[in-house]
Amino acid sequence: MTQLALVIDLNVCVGCHACVTSCKEWNTSGDAGPLVDQNPYDADPTGTFFNRVQSFEVGEYPNTETVHFPKSCLHCEEPPCVPVCPTGASYKRESDGIVLVDYDKCIGCKYCSWACPYGVREVDTESKVMTKCTLCVDRIYNEELPEWDRKPACVRACPTNARLYGDIHDPESVVSKAIREAGGYQLMPEWGTKPANHYLPRRKTQLTIREDEVERADNPLKIDSQLPKPGQEEPSLDDVTSW
Amino acid sequence: MHPAFSVIFLTTLIGAGQGLFLGLFGAESLSLLGVLPPPGSDFLALGSALALVFLVLGLVASFFHLGRPERAWRTATKWRTSWLSREVIVLPAFMGVVFLYGAAHAFGFNPPLGTLAGDVPILPTVVLGAIGALLAIVLYVTTAMIYACIKFLQEWHSPLTVVNYTVLGAANGFTLAAAYAAWAGVPLVAFLATVAIVLTLLGLATRIASLVRNARIKSKSTVQTAIGVKHPKIQQKSQGFMGGSFNTREFFHHMSATFLRGMKWIFLLGAFAIPALLLLIALVTRVDPVNVLIAAFVIQYLGLVAERWFFFAQANHPQNIYYQSVA
Repeated sequence: MTQLALVIDLNVCVGCHACVTSCKEWNTSGDAGPLVDQNPYDADPTGTFFNRVQSFEVGEYPNTETVHFPKSCLHCEEPPCVPVCPTGASYKRESDGIVLVDYDKCIGCKYCSWACPYGVREVDTESKVMTKCTLCVDRIYNEELPEWDRKPACVRACPTNARLYGDIHDPESVVSKAIREAGGYQLMPEWGTKPANHYLPRRKTQLTIREDEVERADNPLKIDSQLPKPGQEEPSLDDVTSW
Repeated sequence: MHPAFSVIFLTTLIGAGQGLFLGLFGAESLSLLGVLPPPGSDFLALGSALALVFLVLGLVASFFHLGRPERAWRTATKWRTSWLSREVIVLPAFMGVVFLYGAAHAFGFNPPLGTLAGDVPILPTVVLGAIGALLAIVLYVTTAMIYACIKFLQEWHSPLTVVNYTVLGAANGFTLAAAYAAWAGVPLVAFLATVAIVLTLLGLATRIASLVRNARIKSKSTVQTAIGVKHPKIQQKSQGFMGGSFNTREFFHHMSATFLRGMKWIFLLGAFAIPALLLLIALVTRVDPVNVLIAAFVIQYLGLVAERWFFFAQANHPQNIYYQSVA
């Protein structure tokens, strides 16, 4: 069984929204029709988006950290949005685990959006049907694209490589390794939805440098030096050029 | 959640229609047992037509909820998993049975289909009525389960949701039945109004029980579980966009807490206290009950519209955690 998914590294995401615009661009240009906006250049602009980047402040001033948090459909392994659909328009693919909406069957009753705790489904105001992240199903299997380009648009756009893409059921895939080795976790585990997308936590990057590491270890003049020790700037044996 | 009037009118109108049918068939059954005077075929036929009017109006209202109503026929396909699909099947089935029940009475088609032990005849109207009554109850359950089955809408995820949809709909339907009996001059007003009072007071108790339950709910989802950061102090600084979106429109009522509290008192008075009082007045005083009972039904119906509005508005969807700050 394959379960394609994204792994998003919150330690690396800088909140640039490149994935948001890239997602919008690809998905508004596809065969399924545009993701329309209303008043895009006017007061109160609104529109359909599959992916958003949100920002959270963690901690109390002055000890705060900003967490940029990209959010799109998590392609749950137990998707609560699928069984509630009265028409079968909302479905999960057996072959690769992607949760999709059949735009030709959807009646736009919005029930699946109520049944998603993450709020990742949006009714398109023009096509009047439910829309959502497709994991760029029209890219990842698209034989017109070169093989290295067959990845979701958000993954291709990320300048910091915060978005990894792969099969989380394959223990050797880049995403499985990331989840395993960098403490990947799921959102709102309390509802048993088993999201396929995982997030990698923020990590403290610290480098401890002791004083003797700053000094040259192979400095015979200093190792065997007479007291008082010569200063750091004074010539030493291996600084041949300074002789 | 954002209360949608299409769904509010659907659930309240069919609830009243189902209750009216239960009242009609209840009266017919008890009259056959000799407890009540016979209501007469014309009364039952016209009453079924009245119930159908409410059911059809509810069905029409429901179509306004759909983005693509022309595809509504597809909703009957996923009854194995979806309560909405089940409701969509049971509602027309119930309407069909109500139609047949009314037609059988209207045309006097009631030849005994056989006899039970003790020479009790099996009448087609009784068979149809029993099926209809069963479907009416099943319809209450399927309607309520659409909401009760979503486990992270904690305000809805309770057996009380099913109880309330059933009892409140039945109470309103019996009030309607009592008003109709008074208008038609059929001597069933005392029975129907008494049941309506009992159901209204029972509904008051179960609705207060759910209000008490919901006031004590502790949300299982927090901003910590939503983004997976364990720190006790997390504040959203940006939801990612400044204009609105489906997420900011669909899942919140956009009203003040005061408005919500006001609506609670309006429905407690309108759906329960005032109708119960009017039903009591119609029962025990010598005033002409027709107008009093019609007023009781209309006020209770509007009260239930307010109740349903509050039911939706009170449900706090966990996705709202992600939309707390514009910028």
